[in-house]
Amino acid sequence: MTSTRGMTLAEKIISRAAGQARVNPGEIVTCTVDLALMHDSSGPRRVAEKLEHIGASVWDPHKVVLVTDHFVPAIDVDSANILACTRKWAQAEGVENFYDMQGICHVMLPEKGHLRPGMFAVGADSHSPTAGAYGAFMLGIGSTEMVGVLATGEIWIKVPSTTLTRWQGKLQPCVAAKDMVLHLCATIGMNNSYQVVQYSGSAIDQLSMLERMVLTNMTAELGAKTGIIAPDLITLEDIRRNDKDFEMLMIDQWQADEDAHYDRILDFDVTQLGPQVAAPHSPENTSCVTDHKGVKIDQAYIGACTGAKESDLKMAASLLKGRKVAKGTRLLVAPASVQTTNICAADGTLATLTEAGAIILPSGCGACAGMGAGVIGKGETCIASTSRNFKGRMGDPDSFVYLGSPYTVAAAAIAGEITDPRELL
Amino acid sequence: MSSHPTVKNIDGRAWVFGDNIDTDLLAPGAYMRAPLQVVAQHCLEAVSSDFARHVKQGDVIVGGQNFGLGSSRELAVQALSFLGIKAIVAKSFARIFYRNAINLGLPVLVCRDTDDIADGDHVSLDIGTGIVTNHSTGKSVQCEPMPPFLVALIDEGGLLPSLKNRLHSDA
Repeated sequence: MTSTRGMTLAEKIISRAAGQARVNPGEIVTCTVDLALMHDSSGPRRVAEKLEHIGASVWDPHKVVLVTDHFVPAIDVDSANILACTRKWAQAEGVENFYDMQGICHVMLPEKGHLRPGMFAVGADSHSPTAGAYGAFMLGIGSTEMVGVLATGEIWIKVPSTTLTRWQGKLQPCVAAKDMVLHLCATIGMNNSYQVVQYSGSAIDQLSMLERMVLTNMTAELGAKTGIIAPDLITLEDIRRNDKDFEMLMIDQWQADEDAHYDRILDFDVTQLGPQVAAPHSPENTSCVTDHKGVKIDQAYIGACTGAKESDLKMAASLLKGRKVAKGTRLLVAPASVQTTNICAADGTLATLTEAGAIILPSGCGACAGMGAGVIGKGETCIASTSRNFKGRMGDPDSFVYLGSPYTVAAAAIAGEITDPRELL
Repeated sequence: MSSHPTVKNIDGRAWVFGDNIDTDLLAPGAYMRAPLQVVAQHCLEAVSSDFARHVKQGDVIVGGQNFGLGSSRELAVQALSFLGIKAIVAKSFARIFYRNAINLGLPVLVCRDTDDIADGDHVSLDIGTGIVTNHSTGKSVQCEPMPPFLVALIDEGGLLPSLKNRLHSDA
């Protein structure tokens, strides 16, 4: 069935990548890939032999971005060997965009200037939708699927329909993008398959790129194909930090048509939104922080692609300044990238955190995925600025993870129990 | 189209799980450095302590909504295959898990009407027709048909054999 109605932003990007004038939801199309992201866990250790087995080579090494972030720094021989395999492959295949121990892959892409609006990208990691903050369409895929992309430069997809979320109002103190997306998990659940979730409205316009990335990042938790935000002047300014020639034209080009069709339009007013907390063992198990007050915590964790960027560390520092982490509670901070560490060291943010008692960990996925430093033991409870709190994800199967914004995590670290961060203002 | 020699007659014990079986349950992060056989020993241990020990070749998983949500890790699929699971029937699948399963040649069928199947029931299923038969109750249910090109992909054994065929025929 053909249609003449306008297209959503996602449909425009897919059409361009599929070489078609238009696409319609439900249609299956083959898209050319502009960028393929892999990391040490999903990358060379999984794809190298398979590529060789099918007798293929990388279609375009310039379009590949490879990052070590899951097993860094090596904590045992197994992780050291995985990292060695990753480095060797990058060299052998001529992958120039290789960021070794520089930060988490979803933060590396914008930091190193790889994202542009209108891009069709894939990443062998479920949080790949993060790139949607830049008006790119980025899909999370598995490693075998990545072998197909590396061999052919293409991938088939079923064209998703778009859910448009419209956010109005002004965020209250101690409320952040993390609270918005946790609230969205509770509202629309985690099974939004064959959907792109687009974020729009005056409350989105006011968010920095780093905060927008929190929304698109956790679109993975919504079960959607990806998340996207139409580019604007804030996007333009951010991209120009790496690319002085980037033009306004590119911003204008990658907007939805006025008569685009949305599967659903959902309206939210953030003015009334309080800090949100997701209780074990699911991000959709979310309600206002006041419902969880008094839950004792053993560990507070500021980390991951979701919650350890410059903006996140500064939110935590704003409450920790002049205060101390409660006795019997530990606060771990794993900055999302080396650049984050550098900026926060230069401006005193790190000192504020460490003076309060925070322990600074290496940049990487760390405890979020249960692979690095900071995992928790049997019966322990952690509150984290990360994205997922599935049973056993951060350590022992009988441990408990609560999710909140960096404000809420910092407040819990100070009190030794979950508390409303607004009470610390 | 070719017949489905590898997947035609799946017949085994049903392991029934609820909604939202995530990839951290299927392949816990703590074992992500380890070889597949080690990961597989811990598959689903947080919700079913005896699954990995008692599952047999030919058994089938019957899941609820959003099966396989979370990470893109293929070990979530590979651990099940390693333990002998030959197909998964669920009310819905998380998108990356669904594609990973097909790419690795593991049949995944969407069926909203599986409440009749109890843990331990003897079931068989036909991927071509999408019919699941519960021999313990005598009832059959029809799954949503898989798109033919995905059935063909499973027939070929998954994405790698398919790519190999494609690359060779192009040459």
